[in-house]
Amino acid sequence: MKNHSLGTAGRFRRSRSLGRTWENMIPKLLLACALISVFTTLGIIGTLISETTSFFSQVSFGEFFTETKWTALFHESQQHFGVWPLIAGTLLVTGIAAIVAVPIGLASAIYLSEYANPKVSKVLKPILEVLAGVPTIVYGFFALTFVTPLLRGLLPEMGVFNALSAGIVVGIMIIPLIASLSEDAMSAVPKNIREAAYAMGCTKFEVALKVVVPAALSGIIASFVLGLSRAIGETMIVTIAAGSTPQLTLDPTESVQTMTSFIVQAATGDNSFGSTAYGAIYAVGMTLFLFTLVMNLLAQYISRRFKEEY
Amino acid sequence: MSQATMTRNAIQIKDLDLYYGEKQALKKINMSIEEKTVVALIGPSGCGKSTFLRTLNRMNDMIPGVRIDGTITMHDEDIYNKEIDVEMLRKEVGMVFQAPNPFPKSIYDNVAYGPRVHGQRNRKILDEIVERSLRQAALWEEVKDRLKDRATGLSGGQQQRLCIARTLAVEPEIVLMDEPTSALDPISTAKIEELIQELKQKYTIIIVTHNMQQAARISDRTAFFLNGELVEEDKTERLFSNPKDQRTEDYITGRFG
Repeated sequence: MKNHSLGTAGRFRRSRSLGRTWENMIPKLLLACALISVFTTLGIIGTLISETTSFFSQVSFGEFFTETKWTALFHESQQHFGVWPLIAGTLLVTGIAAIVAVPIGLASAIYLSEYANPKVSKVLKPILEVLAGVPTIVYGFFALTFVTPLLRGLLPEMGVFNALSAGIVVGIMIIPLIASLSEDAMSAVPKNIREAAYAMGCTKFEVALKVVVPAALSGIIASFVLGLSRAIGETMIVTIAAGSTPQLTLDPTESVQTMTSFIVQAATGDNSFGSTAYGAIYAVGMTLFLFTLVMNLLAQYISRRFKEEY
Repeated sequence: MSQATMTRNAIQIKDLDLYYGEKQALKKINMSIEEKTVVALIGPSGCGKSTFLRTLNRMNDMIPGVRIDGTITMHDEDIYNKEIDVEMLRKEVGMVFQAPNPFPKSIYDNVAYGPRVHGQRNRKILDEIVERSLRQAALWEEVKDRLKDRATGLSGGQQQRLCIARTLAVEPEIVLMDEPTSALDPISTAKIEELIQELKQKYTIIIVTHNMQQAARISDRTAFFLNGELVEEDKTERLFSNPKDQRTEDYITGRFG
């Protein structure tokens, strides 16, 4: 040791021990917050699996995936658990939504990224994103009270509840998502690639369609997949506007039931806990979960696999 | 009209002014550019040489707030005339940029891109154009076995030669080059300089360069820009050995810039 002592309070001593403890706790608290969502996800999957397993002990796998009749909420003697009508309803609504949202979303993105002057797109893009935040129940009533009467004016035989109206409005709902994500992907295409095309005598539209869109394709396709996975999971609009008739049809004028709207119907009804109809909620939920999981993984795969290097 | 002169002017620039909003970036530029020559534009950063280059294929049109006075004549037509089809002009006046900017497509598709846009669909003709353009750009031997590979996988120098091939594929008369070697290593730079000497047989080349040795090596004529003015334009040897203007002398002897 040196002769001179450090004195009463060394300059670099740990004096603020309380502060130190707090500082050490912060990462643990933050980790705990992050883990909440991880455990929630695990909990959801766990519940889904255990309830689905018990459902399949009462209803065979074969019946669930091969039968074409879904009457889960009927009296026990008339119950059929063929999930295809619900899948068909979901795909029908999603398909209509895609027909609406993909071209309009992409066109909006092209406009925002290539044509709109910066001032306009600075105003338009936030509006588009606000649209993405409108509660879906509002869209549901928009479908039922505005779009459906409009469509029935054109197609008078169509019922009040139909897949077409719901599909169109689900499409409208996901336009902002597709437009915004596609626009991000297109804006990320470097300016010098556009210049190269202009310098070769391309028109603005040729540059947009033959240079920017192909260069941003991975992001654009990922935006489609994400948009459609939201359409698959969309609940309120279809519950309100598409009706609750599970049937295996691809006729958009028919009333259909989707996986999500069945879950709403069953969960708000008075099925006794542990009954087969109650278990069906989880089996359908599991199917839905797998659908959207696959879609999301697909979106991730596409955007990684085809990532452009400029 | 034209007498039996040996050379023809490819471009005639008369009293060209260019403004970015309030700021004047080019002041009363007058210059004639002969066919099938290499003209180097030199000058310190911000002197207007790149801006001037971009007036020749109207790439400045895309920048908001740009205003141009004066005339630029090619084939007896003022290219700033309202009747002019900018896309057709740019087909005749190709451009190679500072950093290589190939499209994220295959080598073949990069070169075939321009002809396709301008309506060429015939596979055999496209094959010919691609081969000819790549040969002209001295890249064919290096890539002929991997035309389907992505262009972004090539080295920087190869990418730049690909960009030159892509420009040549639309058969321009004039090729503008905006510091085409500034992002390249010395060996790639030498290749491109050699290439420019070859291309001069068929094309009029106007090249912006920061590198005075490069200008001296490759150009027939050199134009020195300073603060938006064309200070001096002359045969390259004469401009470098015996400049008329004091400012040119200061610049080429390295007193500023």
